[in-house]
Amino acid sequence: MLIELFPNVVISELWQATLETFYMTIIALIGTFILGILLGLLLYLTSRGGIWENKVLNLIIASTVNIFRAIPFIILILLLFPFTDFLIGTIRGSNAALPALIIGSAPFYGRLVEIALREVDKGVIEAAKAMGAKTSTIVLRVLIPESMPALVSGITVTAIALIGYTAVAGVIGAGGLGDFAYYYGFQRRASDVVFVCTVLIVIIVFIFQFIGDTITNKLDKR
Amino acid sequence: MIKINSLSKLFHTKSNLISAVDDLSLEIEKGEIFGVIGYSGAGKSTFIRLINRLENPTSGQVVIDGEDITSLSKNKLRLSRQNIGMIFQHFNLLWSRTVRENIAFPLEIAGISKQERMARVDELIGLVGLSGREDAYPSELSGGQKQRVGIARALANDPKVLLCDEATSALDPETTDSILKLLIDINEKLGLTIILITHEMHVIRKICHRVAVMEAGKVVEQGDVLDVFSHPIMPVTKKFVEQVMGDNNQEDSLEWLTTGYKNGDIIKLHFVGETTSQALISQVAKQFDVDINILQGKITQTQKGAYGSLIVHIDGVSDEKESALAYIKSAPVEVEVVHHAN
Repeated sequence: MLIELFPNVVISELWQATLETFYMTIIALIGTFILGILLGLLLYLTSRGGIWENKVLNLIIASTVNIFRAIPFIILILLLFPFTDFLIGTIRGSNAALPALIIGSAPFYGRLVEIALREVDKGVIEAAKAMGAKTSTIVLRVLIPESMPALVSGITVTAIALIGYTAVAGVIGAGGLGDFAYYYGFQRRASDVVFVCTVLIVIIVFIFQFIGDTITNKLDKR
Repeated sequence: MIKINSLSKLFHTKSNLISAVDDLSLEIEKGEIFGVIGYSGAGKSTFIRLINRLENPTSGQVVIDGEDITSLSKNKLRLSRQNIGMIFQHFNLLWSRTVRENIAFPLEIAGISKQERMARVDELIGLVGLSGREDAYPSELSGGQKQRVGIARALANDPKVLLCDEATSALDPETTDSILKLLIDINEKLGLTIILITHEMHVIRKICHRVAVMEAGKVVEQGDVLDVFSHPIMPVTKKFVEQVMGDNNQEDSLEWLTTGYKNGDIIKLHFVGETTSQALISQVAKQFDVDINILQGKITQTQKGAYGSLIVHIDGVSDEKESALAYIKSAPVEVEVVHHAN
């Protein structure tokens, strides 16, 4: 019956596309997490009243973040072609999508990290200072653990945006479900393929959301 | 032990300069509990934060045990802070850590090995009376328990000084008392110097040896708690004493008290220090053939003994009454004859 309903769907190809989507999302998510936390920490620490208060540096980072957040993702991919080519050696395929995916979502996540860090009780930071903690101790043992639930729910939101971005990355032949739906579904007028791909993407989004929520709840001891 | 020399802190706001602490000098002895009281805005919070340089002073010096805190480099200050414990009004515990892990935090900062940390934490948990709650998270604790964790954490590195920033202001009266008892206990057991700031006079009364009253960034009055209680000079001090002793507006009521008595004397007894009113009154009643009637009074206990006054009516045969009065006067009590009826 499934074959009658979805005559154009080739399971092995679909599975391959699903794996590609997972691959791109997870690798890009790891990159985004690291880069985003660094950006968020810099934004937070250099802001007014921060430990490394520095107006100029803060302005530079904030502007960079804002510029990259302002560029539509599809244009960002095109703009990054030379950089991708230099870094990966090609501008096609899943790996070639990664720089654009990370650079596209890290500034967004960076802002979420900044917001999460602002929510950390100032008193706790002050207590750590009063105990004679180094800045690195304050960052690693106070700021990050105390904001962890917000950092995780932030990365969950980012992950879902990323899944959308991986579909857009289909334009450079990145592979994955978006690519598959476009070339095998839309262009060949096989609407069943588009439908199945959509359902799979929605399921992947649900999986990420569920994992994110579960971890956030587990971490939050407040 | 702690010397504070003409310490000042100016805050710049958009429109003007605010002098939060203004040319303040104090000396705090080793092992004493020193209280600083003032209304909000008096600068006491800034003052205590200047001691461990959570705020940097504009001018002046803080010297702890011969070490000039104000001139230390960033790194040396960090090490020095490990010898200065601090507890806070809102406890400032890490919610992501258990009681045990919170108390271990300053030990981690000081670079103490895990084994030693665990042993020290267990000891501290016993000291502050939190046994059985080691693995609870702060959100599962009451306010008093949280402050106990705060105290254990502040004591972890065996500090020379404990700074208490409104440590009981967020607690109910009963919990406040238990925390104050714990502080006295620690002060006696460890010989720890404690500096606390508060806006509540009863906190000063219950645990402090000496007190400084702050107003507009300056210490306007200071001395032994009993002296300040019995002879407040500045209006702000008088107000604080009233917080504990009630309104001293008794002149009218005295007249009202005396009108009822045709015979005998009405005397006012001031208790300042190591006396207990009950024993004195009962001794007088036992040894002399006089009637004593307590008309009005308020006695309160401070760290250095009882303080307060009683108004009593005393009547009897003239000789007996005189010798009773002489006996009372020989006790460490100030006697004031308010009304001489016959």
